[in-house]
Amino acid sequence: MTSDFALPVLAAAQLLLALAMAFAFCRLLRGPRAHDRVLALDTLYVNAMLLILSFGIVWASRDFFEVALVIGAFGFVSTAAAAKFLLRSEVIE
Amino acid sequence: MTTLAAVLVLAGALLAFVGSLGLLRMKTFFERVHPPTMGTTLGTALVLAGSMLYFTALESRPVLHEILIGVFMTLTTPVTYILLGRAALRRDRNDPTA
Repeated sequence: MTSDFALPVLAAAQLLLALAMAFAFCRLLRGPRAHDRVLALDTLYVNAMLLILSFGIVWASRDFFEVALVIGAFGFVSTAAAAKFLLRSEVIE
Repeated sequence: MTTLAAVLVLAGALLAFVGSLGLLRMKTFFERVHPPTMGTTLGTALVLAGSMLYFTALESRPVLHEILIGVFMTLTTPVTYILLGRAALRRDRNDPTA
């Protein structure tokens, strides 16, 4: 089904997404303050979700869609909780 | 059709890559908030469009459930960034030297 041209293009896209995750992880380690690290974690989650979606296309499996949806939900909840903690020093008031 | 889907995914991955590079290279926090939104908006939209196109071609019927992720990201990303921006403003006001 997949044409000969599609697989190298998808491999290049996956390489770019992996590099994007590496850059976000660098900022997660370096970030001078806590809110820089939370922002980097959010970017890391989004890039991981896109990488999982591209793996679903490469392996022609629709099961990866649920994984990507769950990763996106976890990313939102964890980042929102961390930002709320930085804002108020407690998550649930 | 699969070639077009792969090109869409590549374009979205390129946007996410440029966004993360900007996150790494910008100088202050309020500059760094901007670049990742490239990946979360148009990058995600392009990858999801590629995925929808690919599975529609693969199964010969419309496969549109990727829209769920798009709606979810569109709703949640601004909430996160508003909370982060307010947290950064408050922390800078309480501790301007850091």
